Amino acid sequence: MSNKLIELKDLTKNFDDQQVLRGINLDIYENEFLTLLGPSGCGKTTTLRIIAGFEEPSSGEVLFNGIEISKLPPYKREINTVFQKYALFPHLNVADNIAFGLNLKKVDKSVIAQKVERMLKMVGLEGFEKRDVTLLSGGQQQRVAIARALVNEPKVLLLDEPLGALDAKIRKQMQFELKKIQQEVGITFIYVTHDQEEALTMSDTVVVMNNGEIQQIGSPIDIYNEPENRFVANFIGESNIIEGVMVKDFLVEFDGFRFECVDKGFEEMEEIEVVLRPEDLDIVAPEDAKLTGVVQNTTFKGVHYEILVKTDLRIYKVQTTDYAEPGRKVGLSFEPEDVHVMYKMGAY
Amino acid sequence: MLLPLYLFTLVFVAGPLVYMLLLSFATARSGYGVEWTFTIDNYRRILEPVYLNTFAGSFRLAFTSTLLVCFLGYPFGYFMSKLSRKGKKQAMAALMLPFWVNSLIRLYGWIIILQKKGLLNHVLTSLGLTGKPLKLLYSYPAIVVGMIYVLLPFMVLSVYSSAEKMDWRLVEAARDLGAGRMRAFLTVTLPQTMPGLLSGIILTFIPSMGLFFIADILGGNKIVLVGSLIQEQMTRGSNWPFAAALAVIMMIMTTLMLKLYRRVTSGGRLEGIG
Repeated sequence: MSNKLIELKDLTKNFDDQQVLRGINLDIYENEFLTLLGPSGCGKTTTLRIIAGFEEPSSGEVLFNGIEISKLPPYKREINTVFQKYALFPHLNVADNIAFGLNLKKVDKSVIAQKVERMLKMVGLEGFEKRDVTLLSGGQQQRVAIARALVNEPKVLLLDEPLGALDAKIRKQMQFELKKIQQEVGITFIYVTHDQEEALTMSDTVVVMNNGEIQQIGSPIDIYNEPENRFVANFIGESNIIEGVMVKDFLVEFDGFRFECVDKGFEEMEEIEVVLRPEDLDIVAPEDAKLTGVVQNTTFKGVHYEILVKTDLRIYKVQTTDYAEPGRKVGLSFEPEDVHVMYKMGAY
Repeated sequence: MLLPLYLFTLVFVAGPLVYMLLLSFATARSGYGVEWTFTIDNYRRILEPVYLNTFAGSFRLAFTSTLLVCFLGYPFGYFMSKLSRKGKKQAMAALMLPFWVNSLIRLYGWIIILQKKGLLNHVLTSLGLTGKPLKLLYSYPAIVVGMIYVLLPFMVLSVYSSAEKMDWRLVEAARDLGAGRMRAFLTVTLPQTMPGLLSGIILTFIPSMGLFFIADILGGNKIVLVGSLIQEQMTRGSNWPFAAALAVIMMIMTTLMLKLYRRVTSGGRLEGIG
């Protein structure tokens, strides 16, 4: 990838006696769409606010192009923010909201008008200059907020759960548009969300956070297919998580059977956890399978059925397009590459 | 269901106002007497320089007091909104406590502070800041101090209620977009709290035109305000029609002022008052 733009080094943050960040190390690159993903209270918003300059870290460094900036006030940073619920200035119209930053910099009026027009075009709000921002729909306000930030040509755009207040359909559309805008302007986007689908759809890099710590950094595909621990596996998508033992490289044991897998590099007989994604499991005839059980419940979900299969030790969740009747004895099958082996989590 | 309300308003609000209006066109007779012959002499009399000066003086005092109340009350209300929940309660209590004591008594308190052998002079001479006691009481500044003292809470509360409702993320947004603290205040906080400030101004300016007892007590009757003039005409002057005319003019002026502020805030709501 291209150059490192922001480096977070051993970042911690305490509010009163509560530690909300416990040593964040993260490199963010130019032109990257990076998402901080985690449940509320995981520290993702605090991390974003430290990058923006609204909070100072309790310890650690924030480097921007190699220069320490953690004491720099927000207005001196080449970073702009799209706030949760937009925070548009209600006393200004659409054009004046967007022009706010440029007016502060005393940019020439005609240049401002030009830039505002170009921004409105980019976010699909041509002709909205004189509108009252308080009368716009949520999606429109969102676009104005994005335009207001981007018109300043920042090197980094921070987005704090920007789609949280929108309804599902507009949210989907805005996800697509945000990605398009990011590619168009070619700058770094740092996006905070608790919505895993949003993170997987838009990001180049997903940073999964919990409890003030980074759990995993990786591409959406890595995060989904190779979760590093139970938290990530649980948070991203639905999973069957089973405790087991890594017998040796490429061989794992759980539920009393040994299975081939594609993972290596663990200690011999190390205690691990295995993720089996519901969509990777197939229902087959009991004699063709190593795991057998009884169908407990079948729910139609549109594209697929969600089937709960009760084995001797646990209940597996299976997503498949084939129907299976409750009460039937079935077998479960999966391929070696569907077995994702994770380090066992200590304290969680 | 609304009928009793209308009746009440008619009898106790509209009635006296109409009576006052009629009275202002009547002729005064000696000993509180009123003769119901129509005249505009009462209004003509207001145009005499002595009375015009009284109006001008009242305006000047109201303006000075309001300005000072703005500068003291705005920061008070603003910072109060940033306090913790507990801090807010305490500040509110401190603000409301004086209202439990009659305002006349509180003004006499100021006499104790400001008089020649009073508290303030004692402190000043003890500190050696002044050789002999200053003449503080019965002066223009003393009246202004009294005005500020009485009117400050109204400004603080209306600014507070405006600042309390403010979305502080807007300030962050302004800072994010390149504004320093001062610029963020001027471009976002001030416009956002303007309704509170404006209603505070109205709540200060209009009463300060009429708070004659402050001028009487702390100004020692040296400075005559419209309020004092009306009171004097009602009592010693025993000229009710003229007092009524003065009151009508006052009312017209304050109504115009309200209209003006409505225009300034472009029909927007004012904190606390319509």
